[in-house]
Amino acid sequence: MTDLLTPEEWQAVALSLRVSFWATLLSLPLGLVVAYALARWEFWGKQLLNGLVHLPLILPPVVTGYLLLLTFGRRGVVGQFLDQWFGLVFAFRWTGAALAAAIMAFPLMVRAMRLAIEAVDPKLEQAAATLGASRLWVFATVTLPLILPGIIAGAILAFAKAMGEFGATITFVSNIPGQTQTLPSAIYAFLQVPGGEAQAFRLVLIAIAIAMAALLLSEWISRAVARRISGQ
Amino acid sequence: MTLSVRLRHQFGTFTLDAAFDAPAGVTALFGRSGSGKSTVINAVAGLLRPDQGRITLDGTVLMDTEARVMQPPHRRRMGYVFQDGRLFPHLTVRQNLLYGRWFAPKGPGADLARIADLLGIAALLDRRPGALSGGEKQRVAIGRAILSNPRLLLMDEPLAALDEARKAEILPYLERLRDDLRLPILYVSHSMAEVARLATTVVLMEAGRVLASGPAADLLSDARLAPMLGLREAGSLLSARVTGDDPDGLARLETAGGPLWLPSEGRAPGTALRLRILARDVMIATERPQGLSALNILAAQVDHIHPGDGPGAMLRLRIGEDVLLARITKRSLSALGLHPGQSVFAILKTVSIGQENVGGRG
Repeated sequence: MTDLLTPEEWQAVALSLRVSFWATLLSLPLGLVVAYALARWEFWGKQLLNGLVHLPLILPPVVTGYLLLLTFGRRGVVGQFLDQWFGLVFAFRWTGAALAAAIMAFPLMVRAMRLAIEAVDPKLEQAAATLGASRLWVFATVTLPLILPGIIAGAILAFAKAMGEFGATITFVSNIPGQTQTLPSAIYAFLQVPGGEAQAFRLVLIAIAIAMAALLLSEWISRAVARRISGQ
Repeated sequence: MTLSVRLRHQFGTFTLDAAFDAPAGVTALFGRSGSGKSTVINAVAGLLRPDQGRITLDGTVLMDTEARVMQPPHRRRMGYVFQDGRLFPHLTVRQNLLYGRWFAPKGPGADLARIADLLGIAALLDRRPGALSGGEKQRVAIGRAILSNPRLLLMDEPLAALDEARKAEILPYLERLRDDLRLPILYVSHSMAEVARLATTVVLMEAGRVLASGPAADLLSDARLAPMLGLREAGSLLSARVTGDDPDGLARLETAGGPLWLPSEGRAPGTALRLRILARDVMIATERPQGLSALNILAAQVDHIHPGDGPGAMLRLRIGEDVLLARITKRSLSALGLHPGQSVFAILKTVSIGQENVGGRG
């Protein structure tokens, strides 16, 4: 691998993988709660929440990035608070890239999970309740196994989206090699300098390979899981 | 074991206002679709919160709107067998059967091998629900409910989704449950044949109200209730005991009114049976008839005559402890000059007693 790529290129790929991994992993639990709430609960402000979740899908990414900068930047309300109390800094760090990627990928993740939850027959959950399972147990033993394909699909979709996120990331955390220069940012940077096309092209190939691998993996996993839970 | 139910519930234009007590045994909630049976059973299970009411089981309050008590379904320990099975598709048959075991209190309960054997599903344990037939699924659902070690078994039309052959396959298992496990059962059905075969107590419902309730043998042979039970379906329960097989393929049964012959079906001598005799299948003669093809001629006594609105009348006959209903025309009634207390002969064709109407004693 190291022969194929220059250290900068390799750095960009590794950073992208790290950013996407954490963005996906940390937004999974919240995504599940939000998807469950949207699928099953009736509450005041449900449409508002739905709109908020989907906003990053519709807004220009540069707007999302700018809003992140305003709130989570060094001068932002939330950013200052997190820095003072937890020493957590997002601005111009890879953590910020992960946050931007997570927010951009969130609607896709929630959508996939919500569809899976809506497809679960509540009658099965009722049956589990009559057999003595409390709500939490019903969720853990019936709902969760049945929506597993949806969760996996949502996670892989989110990972792929995070890998490709560009606009919000570059607006929020800029394009610092080794810090915040993800794969798409690196391709963009190479294209800005004369003679950088060859390097950019190598990264393009890597991006395609990662995307294909993710797609095939998701197909394979969801087919295996679907076979397991279809009851055949 | 007594389940006591008092409920009032309104949805849309339908009002449910029902109260009944279910003693030990199989209590059948019988009525047409839309009479409120499922609402009652869902309220007992805790899946529906009625507007007003109180449900107790052996003195334990499951629900009381006045005292603001509402036990959630998972604390009630009701084994619920749904019409549509509702097996968990991601679990094997064995895991489905043992699902309730995780949550049931530790202690003696039905064990898997015995229940699987009783329900004839021992060979299916490692399969998944998707690979089972409708009848097999329903038997697994019944086993799953029993193995959760419930205090009461609730069955909501467990056979309604099955064809006649599958029903005939499952009914004997239900009889065995009733007789072997001594588990109280609340059984919802709109099929008189099922109710007559299984029930020890019947609660008759119509349009959200309880029309009548009482022991099955009394209620089903109550001539006044016959129109509500469905005239064509009206009939009574007769107890009989197998005494032996004849070489021509008929079994000889002993009843309080004399011998009776049925197709043999290989039942052991001594087996106690209960036969459901449809009122429309019974003929009446004032003298023991001669030269008649019908084999079964039982001595009986006219107990009560209930003239209906139309040209028919319902006759209640006594045969020892049992009651037999006979539906004849008013014209025959006057031609024969029948009156209460009179000794008559009830005539049954052997072939009119279908296998579906022959059940264990219960």
